[in-house]
Formats: sequence, C-alpha cells, structure tokens
Amino acid sequence: MGLIARRVEADGIPTTSLTSALSITRSVNPPRAVFLDYPLGHTAGKAKDPALQREIVAAALAAVDELDQPGAVKMLPYRWSRDDDWKRETMLNGDTRSHRSSSPEYQCEADRALAVAAGDCPTCVFL
Amino acid sequence: MRTRDLYSSLGHDPYRWVRNDDAPPWTELAKPLRECRVGLVGSGGVYRTGQVAFHHRDDISLRVIDTSVPVPELRTSHFAYDQTDARTDPNVVFPLDALHALVAEGVIGELSARAYAFMGGIYSARRVRDVLAPEISRRLAEDQVDLALLVPV
Repeated sequence: MGLIARRVEADGIPTTSLTSALSITRSVNPPRAVFLDYPLGHTAGKAKDPALQREIVAAALAAVDELDQPGAVKMLPYRWSRDDDWKRETMLNGDTRSHRSSSPEYQCEADRALAVAAGDCPTCVFL
Repeated sequence: MRTRDLYSSLGHDPYRWVRNDDAPPWTELAKPLRECRVGLVGSGGVYRTGQVAFHHRDDISLRVIDTSVPVPELRTSHFAYDQTDARTDPNVVFPLDALHALVAEGVIGELSARAYAFMGGIYSARRVRDVLAPEISRRLAEDQVDLALLVPV
C-alpha cells in the first residue's frame, strides 16, 4: 500500500496510511503513516468495537494535520492485549495461508451464486 | 521485524520489501479536515456480495464499493491473514462505519461515494507501481477526494 500512497500523493492528493507492519512501512516509506501494534487483519481496530475503530480512524485522519515531515510515523497507544503473547503465537502458527489458485475464492458458496447470477461485474476492475 | 520473520518462516525465498530511501512525495491538505471529502482504499481483500471474489494467485484486481453499502454485505477473500475477525466485522479492515460516524460528527466533510478494495501482499512491486497505483490514483482524482485514507493488510 505504501507504493500506492506515494503515487496518490505524487499525483496531488494527500494520504494517511494506517499500518500494523512497521518494518514494511519504514522500508516502503509512505508520506504519512499511523502505526497500530495489532495482529495482521486488524489494521482499523478490533471487531465489534465501533468506539475503538472510530478513535483509530480519527487518529489516522488527524495525522494529516499533525505530521509535517515526509515519511513520519505516528504511533498509536492502543494495545491488543495486556501482554505481547499474540506476537509469539503469530510466529508459531506458521503458514496458515490458503492454496493459491487463479479461480475466485469466495467467503461462502452463496457469494459465488450471487456473483454468477449478477453476470458481468461492472464494479470489478480486472487489471 | 515480525512480519519479515513470518514471511521468511513460510519457506519462500526471502522477500525484500521495496526500499525507498528518498523522501516520500508530499501534498499539503488544501482545506480543513471538516470540509474534506475522504476516500477509502483498503487491501484486506474486501468485496461485496454480487461481486467476483479475489483469486489468490497474484490478483491485482480492484473492487469499487459504494460507501453506502450495508456493512453486512461485505466479504473478505485474502491469502495471507486470519480473516476470522474481518468476516465477523469487516470494519476492522475496511472502516466504513467509523468514517460515517466521523462525517456525522463533523470531523470530516463527507465520505466519497466510492471506496476501493484489493488484496494486499502482491508479490510484484512493478505491477503495483505501474498498473494498480496509477489506476487507484486516477479514480481518487476522478472522485475529487481531498484526502485518502489507506488501510493495508
């Protein structure tokens, strides 16, 4: 996403990027980033916690006024849990990624039926 | 470091993230946040019911999602993260409810009518740089957003 941030910003639109992967963000170096130290898949907060999600998104947007150095990273204070055991668990789980094929991987079979019934997908941009 | 360690622990060739040592491009916000139209781009593999899901073999396609979509109609398809929570509450990777709340509070002016979703973890930096990034940038400009919120996974 950092490459996209850089392109959008270069084209004249300011960006602010949430991130939970500090090493990638430091390397790709987007214009403005806001770091949330949460497990992968929770870049905008915890499930079913709208108040927290709102705070995180508000903090990401506020960074546009607060950060004045290109490449700066704002650190958010939220913690996933009282200890950092989840970081170790992420490592121990190993490769939980799905098999990689070139057919669509629907969340559920009903979605496949809906997509097939809808026919051409004008809001799907195949690049 | 944990992300890099995780990726290399997966048995693939060591992946090198793009490294940009130059200063990133910089555009100042043209107006106060409370007057801004905000665009959302997320790479959590979000699609809505009726759309074609992502495939997991270097898919760089994009889904255009109306920001008025009921969140329960959002789905996820991504090869690289545990989607349990994202499928319970897609807001954790595509924060539409939070953005709507911030519009209602007057913190931001409005949410763009369209948001964009793709599946992060694209292996080819060249395809992101040459194909996907310009497409997203062009669309955000067409939508006349004043600020883009990017939510990677």
